[in-house]
Amino acid sequence: MFQTTSSETSFQEISTAQLLFNVCRNLHQVAERVEALGQFVMKTRRTLKGHGNKVLCMDWCKDKRRIVSSSQDGKVIVWDSFTTNKEHAVTMPCTWVMACAYAPSGCAIACGGLDNKCSVYPLTFDKNENMAAKKKSVAMHTNYLSACSFTNSDMQILTASGDGTCALWDVESGQLLQSFHGHGADVLCLDLAPSETGNTFVSGGCDKKAMVWDMRSGQCVQAFETHESDINSVRYYPSGDAFASGSDDATCRLYDLRADREVAIYSKESIIFGASSVDFSLSGRLLFAGYNDYTINVWDVLKGSRVSILFGHENRVSTLRVSPDGTAFCSGSWDHTLRVWA
Amino acid sequence: MAGVRAGAQMPHLSKMERVVVSMQDPDQGVKMRSQRLLITVIPHMVAGSDLVEWLIQKYCISEEEALHLGTLLVQHGYLYPLRDPRCLVLRPDDTPYRFQTPYFWTSTLWPATELDYAIYLAKKNIRKQGALVGHEKEHYGQLHRKINHAWDLVVTQAREQLRAAKQRRKGDRLVMACQEQTYWLVNRPPPGVPSVLEQGPERSSCTAGQAQMSPQGLPSNCSPPGPFQTKNIDFYKREMELCRKALGRARVKSSVCLEAYLKFSSQRELHDPIMSGCLPGNPWVTDDDTYWTMNAPSVAVPTKLRVERWGFSFQELLEDPVGRAHFMAFLGTEFSAENLSFWEACEELRHGGQAQVRAMVDAVYQQFLAPGAARWVNIDSRTMERTLEGLHQPHRYVLDDAQLHIYMLMKKDSYPRFLKSAAYKDLLAEAVIPPEAKKRVFPFMRKLPHSSPSPALLPAATAGGPECGEGGA
Repeated sequence: MFQTTSSETSFQEISTAQLLFNVCRNLHQVAERVEALGQFVMKTRRTLKGHGNKVLCMDWCKDKRRIVSSSQDGKVIVWDSFTTNKEHAVTMPCTWVMACAYAPSGCAIACGGLDNKCSVYPLTFDKNENMAAKKKSVAMHTNYLSACSFTNSDMQILTASGDGTCALWDVESGQLLQSFHGHGADVLCLDLAPSETGNTFVSGGCDKKAMVWDMRSGQCVQAFETHESDINSVRYYPSGDAFASGSDDATCRLYDLRADREVAIYSKESIIFGASSVDFSLSGRLLFAGYNDYTINVWDVLKGSRVSILFGHENRVSTLRVSPDGTAFCSGSWDHTLRVWA
Repeated sequence: MAGVRAGAQMPHLSKMERVVVSMQDPDQGVKMRSQRLLITVIPHMVAGSDLVEWLIQKYCISEEEALHLGTLLVQHGYLYPLRDPRCLVLRPDDTPYRFQTPYFWTSTLWPATELDYAIYLAKKNIRKQGALVGHEKEHYGQLHRKINHAWDLVVTQAREQLRAAKQRRKGDRLVMACQEQTYWLVNRPPPGVPSVLEQGPERSSCTAGQAQMSPQGLPSNCSPPGPFQTKNIDFYKREMELCRKALGRARVKSSVCLEAYLKFSSQRELHDPIMSGCLPGNPWVTDDDTYWTMNAPSVAVPTKLRVERWGFSFQELLEDPVGRAHFMAFLGTEFSAENLSFWEACEELRHGGQAQVRAMVDAVYQQFLAPGAARWVNIDSRTMERTLEGLHQPHRYVLDDAQLHIYMLMKKDSYPRFLKSAAYKDLLAEAVIPPEAKKRVFPFMRKLPHSSPSPALLPAATAGGPECGEGGA
């Protein structure tokens, strides 16, 4: 049949589009040739008991053994989780301390929650000093603090809040250095990029969006919206080229920054409850995800299969982080305990 | 309407409901039977073991996982044990269970109202004096005080419902009582039993616009609906801007990106302690912290794996204090050590305290950029010009361009030479491979894990490196 030039072009365009659509594969298809992982045995190696109420957040110290954890009753505890000794404890003037972070130097911690602030406490072993006395109020939001993280030094803190914004603060003066607007609802989580040159971080919120920000300009650089519910946790892949997210829609997803799209989804029909926190093993091959059904699922990042399910907690898992040297991961739960798994 | 809100806030509820609906499918569902209870015969019962078996088959999961999932269904009140209705657990034996009526599903009837609870307790009280248990008695008293003005209504409703129930068959009456009891066990759990419906502090979402009710007993930190909750013109302008940016963005082909994951993970597999173990042993497993001692931030002789990692990427090399020190020494032999020092100074500026910015910029300029500076760095003229301009208005990112230029220079030029150098090859050769720790013959003679000094005790100077900025002092 003879076709006019314009129809010919449209025909080509449609064919190309179809070809691209079929070729637009995901990670699991490409990883089909990769060998499947064998049996996985991880056990609880330490149980940290001491919180009187739900554990909401935890963070590792760079020394690979100390952790800070915060709970619903306002208590923030620093543990040497290797010996299970408590080293410091402070009671915040508010309940639901949903965020806590360890300073890179190991000399201070930051925390906050329903008080809408992020405060920094220098850690002191001086028996005559009251930790609460040296408290420094750094960040001020207009709604609850959901996440906080020091940047590469003790001098700056990045916060995420229920007021829909993230912000960068100077610790010494409490000055707001940059704020990040764009989320359409509460921001629940953030993670700093392990990038060698850039200053970016990713945040996830109740608007089902994950947004990547430039810390210098305050601009949103990229946004991803494929989740069907609140995004509770975001974590960068070790290379910095991608990040994973955990959501109330019971799935975890992997977003590639260079391809600018979702490239993998981790879900199973029997997993019904939301994923509250995610983190990668050191090589990025494994994704650990804590869920609201009290379990931890271990995913093969490349093949998309669930490698293992870990039982042990008696209430929802609220926080999960892999240790800095990748030898273990720690989970905190509403059952008042923290567990270190290896 | 309450149902819609519950569904949106708790997506797992609708998923659970889909499971129980498929469990009741006449063909593919769980085997139903009738069960004798006292002198009544109750139809449509399922045995605990059959529930577990069905879950195993349907989702291809283990028995442990099936039991866990089934237990959650019972704890959320979607199934109840007819014989012992107070105890919401799933027993994997012939214990009979029944499916909760959709009327009492959490997504239908949530949050539970005080009035309904008062009527329920009143019915219990009227039907049999002394039937209220500890916490119920307390609640009853509290409610009596709280809704005293409407108490007549409560009692009237209670009597009416009891009267209507009497006209039903004994079997139906029993079932309805169990259904109602299960609903209240879930919505008003006895002390010591955590509420499965607790969701934590309230979150607002885009779908707001309706007033947010706070479920009883939960902390509520409601702020008035913020401007971002309405999808107004600003919202759409921002969306359009994001889309425009996305369209113009340079993308990398998926095939390239996806291959990168395979390569990255396979390269790092042996370096991943959880995947491949670590020598001499994982401290968490052996209670022996030798692995940490051998891999401390500053050791005289690094391990083989560690030295290998320096070859993976320039970033990996710089992040390791030992690697960076060796690289600095190498640069010294090439008379370009000032490049690394300049980069480190820029890092300190970027991550330093706000009050120190001006002084730091000055110091860096004097030492590295000023004409005739002691450690002058070689930057291309255009970047140098732009940087010097920016120095009139110093801020923490003013040296970014120059820093990036020097970083790329080191990465593309010095770094590859370092990896080929004799110095690096020697490091690889001398690096230690720890022997695997012998398994202890008598496991009960385990030594207690060593304590280690907290970083907060060490003098700040030893923490070293710009990534641990102490600034100020």
